[in-house]
Amino acid sequence: MNAYPHNNLKTFVIDVIRWNLRGGIGFQLFRLLLLGCMGMGIYAYSFQARFGLSVTGMNDIVSWGFYISNFTFLVGVAAAAVMLILPAYVFHDPNFHRVVIIGEGVAVGALVMCLSFIVVDLGGPLQAWHLIPGIGIFNFPSSILAWDVLVLNGYLLLNGLVPAYILYSHYMGRKANERLYRPFVFLSIFWAFSIHMVTAFLYQGLPARPFWNNPLLGPRFLASAFAAGPALIALILAVIHNFTSYKIDRSVFNKLRLIIVISAIINLLMLFSEIFKEFYFPTHHSSAAVYLFFGMAGHNSLVPWIWTSVCVNLAATLVLAFNPGKNNPKVLLPACVFLFVAIWMEKGIGLIVPGLIPSPLGEIVDYLPTWVELSVTLGILALGITVVSWLIRAALIIEEKYEQ
Amino acid sequence: MSLPDNEKEKTDPTDALSEKSSRRAFLKGLSIGAAAASAALVVGCVPGADAAASGELRLRWQEFFKKNYRLMTQEEKDQTVERLERLAALRDGIDVQIGSEPPLPKVLYGYAFNITRCEGFMECVTACIKENNLDRKTNTQYIRIFEMEPGQLDPSTGDGKYFHEVPVENKFYMGTQCFHCENAPCTKACPTKATWKEPDGIVVVDYDWCIGCRYCQAACPYFGRRFNWGKAEIPKEEITTKQHYLGNRLRPMGKMEKCTFCIQRTRKGRLPACVEACPTGSRVFGNLLDPDSEIRYVLKHKKVFRMKEELGTEPKFWYFID
Repeated sequence: MNAYPHNNLKTFVIDVIRWNLRGGIGFQLFRLLLLGCMGMGIYAYSFQARFGLSVTGMNDIVSWGFYISNFTFLVGVAAAAVMLILPAYVFHDPNFHRVVIIGEGVAVGALVMCLSFIVVDLGGPLQAWHLIPGIGIFNFPSSILAWDVLVLNGYLLLNGLVPAYILYSHYMGRKANERLYRPFVFLSIFWAFSIHMVTAFLYQGLPARPFWNNPLLGPRFLASAFAAGPALIALILAVIHNFTSYKIDRSVFNKLRLIIVISAIINLLMLFSEIFKEFYFPTHHSSAAVYLFFGMAGHNSLVPWIWTSVCVNLAATLVLAFNPGKNNPKVLLPACVFLFVAIWMEKGIGLIVPGLIPSPLGEIVDYLPTWVELSVTLGILALGITVVSWLIRAALIIEEKYEQ
Repeated sequence: MSLPDNEKEKTDPTDALSEKSSRRAFLKGLSIGAAAASAALVVGCVPGADAAASGELRLRWQEFFKKNYRLMTQEEKDQTVERLERLAALRDGIDVQIGSEPPLPKVLYGYAFNITRCEGFMECVTACIKENNLDRKTNTQYIRIFEMEPGQLDPSTGDGKYFHEVPVENKFYMGTQCFHCENAPCTKACPTKATWKEPDGIVVVDYDWCIGCRYCQAACPYFGRRFNWGKAEIPKEEITTKQHYLGNRLRPMGKMEKCTFCIQRTRKGRLPACVEACPTGSRVFGNLLDPDSEIRYVLKHKKVFRMKEELGTEPKFWYFID
């Protein structure tokens, strides 16, 4: 039964660490760079720990900024793993089955980043234990933030434990018992939708902020997530295909392109619908949209930002849809990069900051992240990339051995 | 303003005071002894400074693990108040008295603002800053006064940053602050129940339970909440030392704060600082459950309206016209 009698849980952990410390000079430099970025993030955070959030660009009017923007976007990236799980487990696509583990690795990395962004955004991170049911008070079901804490941690568990079980079985040289983990896979499909809907409801449920208080927000979050997330996964798969011996079937890329195009078009349709509603007959509820797209009372820091995002989004979607290079990766992969960045711009800063401007009393300020926010964000991104690369590297080695 | 149960109020404070002082004296003796003992264990002798430092550490440790204010028994409330007072003395060298007065029975506070009378002197703002120990560095203000054009009734159309001689011909003034909504979106949003509506209608924050996520700030349609982005700076001699746990005590960094209708004053039957400071008598405060109160008179006989009525938040703050 057991193909490798000397393997056990201890050697599993040791091997995963060992594999991840190995690597060529280029890989080691990449590691060092990530480590440097994380160090920079910790250094920047030390200022925040000492002087509070006053070292950020936020204030009583723009009370959420770069951290929450990135958090919101990355929840979408995490949810997008479902776009690999769905074809693999529901439509039994064998090629997708081989890459599902990579999608789950990306989801875990994205969730680690999400939770880190929440923690660095807290004014009292040491009091975060007040949230833990039992020793603290968990305002459930009233507070949507409590829901969000629940679904994000649940999704992290699902996306961590199921692959861990499969990989461990394969590491031990036996087949993973599908009847055992299949229910959890299906649970994680529903859970993926729920993490992004709940995160949307976080904003959607605030009548104080007309820009967010919009029933389209949840569906639009999903559409943009299923465009940006698979775009990122396609890029990661391309890197794996080119730099490792783990080859990925062409059909996976073709199907991912379809998923991205359909989601991106739905996203643009909904964006257009929102813009129409705000500008056909502007009311005082449209002032945030006016601030975002055209600027207000001399404050227009987001105007170039959002128009760049919309134009790049449109161009990248057209390229992916019409496929001018006839599946040439040199055309499609840059288009994925541009689409990813455009959605990040629009769904991060472009959604969170204007929701708070003008203030409920009509006051307008501009928001610019400070070096502390930028460095902490860079550190968290480096942490996420590290987590993803560790998980995927270990997963690929185990899978390759198992396939032989 | 008239509050019911005046007799009760007269007897209560003395009772509470004598009870508290005996318990405090006991606790003080106990904790000093413990601090001295632990310091003696650590350094082998008992130097004064070290004893104070380890005492502070112990107090901060106990403060860190305390419960949400609403779950505390009166005894636990007294203990935390005692610790906070000692910490203020140890760390900042100031002598503060922090109260934990419960809501008065049969009281629901309400507020009315006369837009005909207000002339925009902003005495209320100054009094509020002083009374509630607001951060002078970032110029935090619970009260905002907007200079309004005739024909407008929404403060967002007014000028909240005017800096000139008032009153100006053909303008009027509107004040905003926390409206202590009956159906408050902020308390619903808080993930840890660190903010809630007290039985007397005041929406309060447990500063030590708040985790600083600022979701309540995003949820407030009236810009009623302020965040401690950094450490508040207040000149020592200007600190108001008569404080309340849920009111004007010094807020830690990274916590939410807001207008509490001056809970440290109103629960003792006094008026909020803004009402007392207003030179034009534009501000009316009182008990909505008392049919003879001034606020009830205003609501009955004046033309009143509330801000953003359509949101259904039911503010207990009315604007009225003479």
